[in-house]
Amino acid sequence: MATRPASPIPVSITWDTYRNERSYPFCPGCGHTHILNALNQALVRVQRDPHKVVLVSDIGCVGLSDQYFAVNALHGLHGRSVAYATGIKLANPELTVIVLIGDGGTGIGGHHLISAARRNVDLTVLVFNNFNFGMTGGEHSVTTPIGAHTATTRQGNPEHPFDIARTLSINGATYVWRGTTFDTDLPDRIAEAIAHPGFAVLDIWELCTAYFVPNNNFSRKVLQDLQHRLGMEMGLLHREERPEYAQYHRRLIAEQEGEPALPARPLTPRYHSTLHHPFRMVVAGKAGGKVRSAARLVAAGGVLSGLWATQQDDYPVTIMSGHSVSHVILSPEEVLYSGVDIPDVLIITAAEGLAKVHHFLRRMRPTETVFVTPAFSDVSTAARKLLINPRDAGIRVTRTNEVLLTLFAAMRHLAIYPIDALAEAIRILQRPSIAEQSLTALEASAHVKPRPIS
Amino acid sequence: MAREYMDGATAIVRGAIDAGCTFFAGYPITPATPILLHMVRELPKVGGVALEAEDEIAAISMCIGATLAGARAMTATSGPGISLFSENIGLAIMAEIPLVIVDAQRLGPATGGATTGAQGDIQFLRWGTSGGYPVIVLAPASVAECYTLTLRAFDLAERFRVPVFLATDKDMVMNMATVDTEALKRVPVRERRLAATPPPQYRDPRWRPEETFLPWAFEPIDAVPPMAHFGGPHIVRVTTSTHDEHGFLTKDPAKVQRLNEHLWRKIMDHREETEFAHYDPQEGADVLFLAYGTPARAMREAVRQARAAGHRVSALTLHTLWPVPEGILSFALRGVRRVVVGELNFGQYTREVERIAYREAARHGVPAAEVIGVYRVDGLPLHPEAFLKAIT
Repeated sequence: MATRPASPIPVSITWDTYRNERSYPFCPGCGHTHILNALNQALVRVQRDPHKVVLVSDIGCVGLSDQYFAVNALHGLHGRSVAYATGIKLANPELTVIVLIGDGGTGIGGHHLISAARRNVDLTVLVFNNFNFGMTGGEHSVTTPIGAHTATTRQGNPEHPFDIARTLSINGATYVWRGTTFDTDLPDRIAEAIAHPGFAVLDIWELCTAYFVPNNNFSRKVLQDLQHRLGMEMGLLHREERPEYAQYHRRLIAEQEGEPALPARPLTPRYHSTLHHPFRMVVAGKAGGKVRSAARLVAAGGVLSGLWATQQDDYPVTIMSGHSVSHVILSPEEVLYSGVDIPDVLIITAAEGLAKVHHFLRRMRPTETVFVTPAFSDVSTAARKLLINPRDAGIRVTRTNEVLLTLFAAMRHLAIYPIDALAEAIRILQRPSIAEQSLTALEASAHVKPRPIS
Repeated sequence: MAREYMDGATAIVRGAIDAGCTFFAGYPITPATPILLHMVRELPKVGGVALEAEDEIAAISMCIGATLAGARAMTATSGPGISLFSENIGLAIMAEIPLVIVDAQRLGPATGGATTGAQGDIQFLRWGTSGGYPVIVLAPASVAECYTLTLRAFDLAERFRVPVFLATDKDMVMNMATVDTEALKRVPVRERRLAATPPPQYRDPRWRPEETFLPWAFEPIDAVPPMAHFGGPHIVRVTTSTHDEHGFLTKDPAKVQRLNEHLWRKIMDHREETEFAHYDPQEGADVLFLAYGTPARAMREAVRQARAAGHRVSALTLHTLWPVPEGILSFALRGVRRVVVGELNFGQYTREVERIAYREAARHGVPAAEVIGVYRVDGLPLHPEAFLKAIT
């Protein structure tokens, strides 16, 4: 074999540019040899720089295939070849990525095939489909025809065979061909599939002379007739042009690259707080009521006032219904443990929240405070109770500003830090349109005066 | 002094971006989803690709493929996703793929408690794939450490060409905390070491015709080989099977032994480079508190209260869990009568501490420290009281 230069493109592409000198290990008559020779012919025809070609091989006898080629290769786990290939293509769209997979791999990794087809990733997938597991002893696979005899279907296969080509056709693949190793146009089809700018799959039926042939009196003729028996037509079944997935990501990058990623939102303390010890506050409302974002503003206002804040939010996975409870700790020192045993202040604005804080109400003492909206003025607790009526604000009370009005009124009453700190937190953390509403609520909350409930 | 108010997920993503991460594939799972959402939104801004994969197996497979094509990749999941990663973690060990995997732990087993924190994956992360070969596991105990240890994870992944886990949990990832901007230390992250391109006229007789270097030659055996990316100046073979220096499958016992010994020794011979912890000793203390992750915060609060009450206690927050930081542990265990280990599991790491305590005691001919584990598995964070009660 001639020594060839390392890069970039060989001076002249020959039969041994892509195929190395090692001889195939396959059984006599095995279709794998035909497919790999056809692949070599296709590569010679397409003339890609071997440095830019990657073969991704799956598991089974087909998994040996990449070792007979002088191009980049990844031999990975069973069924996952298409997913590795997707990662390779997304990281470097210049590469020509060819997947060598068996019928076994299309079974265990079928979801990856369908997903890659739906995305239309520019991959070429060659399915070495010999209707059984050749490497492990001739067990049945997802493509084994009904009635076929294999090591695991000795009485005949009861499972309907998986139609790879049609499944991928109707799920987004943009080049789909089905044929056999005896089709003379196989190299042309592989070359066409490689050149196709999208997800291309060739379902190539072949003979497993070790198992499927002897177990089923299978032959070239029976193989070629099988399409009629299974009702699976042959040839180029589908071809279309559709935006390619790696290019979609390149477009996103072209549009967005250089924008600041996750920019820091520094909160420089410039207000003063009167707090000398940790202050623990729990806000109990309902999902969709902006409890978390309101609590976040209170915490950020604390940070702007030189305090350390933590926040732990509790809400169900169904975020638009049920409770939303936020636990906020403000402290002149770093808060290490962010759990709340007994809150200094508990704010109740919804029945859903109340249901989650009965343990706090039971434990709270007269030195602690519970703020309630009018519907909850009768909650039972030893703590001091203060009534907040958001309607006193003089603006329309909505689902999204009720908690803000209540919480802001409570913060004004508690006077832990200046209200200006809250206004600044709103301006730093919220988008302008949202911030405007929050600032309106902050201003209106001056009219809401908490009143003792006896 | 500027401060920020953020959650661990944001800090992890910022760390990944500052570490040069250019590829992320993930699958939605509480409590790791915020990392996926941040990545999908932010990564194109730094020229990277982030996507939601069809499942966790695809997510890690794509990260592996992307890394081989030149990306720096990260994925994030929770315990159920780590289960699905298992086989590909083995591949990443065998094919020496630098990769960062975030495990935002939640209560198990199985689907367990999706919205509740836990530390039930600590032994699983170490032994979660066949073969038993080493990986590196780091555990942040603050939002700021979520940032710095993500950087360290990327650095160690490059240094050792191995998957590095960031073992965190629901509370660390999702709770908000105040961070001093200065605590967000941008620790250096090594560049990927790539194989040099030899002059075209130069050929090494050991190379095959298509080769311009040997991708899997380990000289000496504990050396981490340089990488060659698909599409770069070298043609390279990568395989998950036992391979020779070219990347061809081999069963030659001498080559197999050498490969597997390499995978072990490249990390274990250099384990001191992976040891990170925060040690807070107190003069004359014979009690040591030990924790990692969220419980380390309760531990530090307990230390504050214990010292205020006149007790003498030292504290060790482990930032590295695997390989077990034996150097740090044996140092911190000297002269200690009692170790209190706090975990959100039934003592998964307590057994490692016990192992080192007994070994060190035997080595020095002294009585072993008493190792007491304090555990919680109800989904709530460990309370400082748990440590305080175990002092006497």
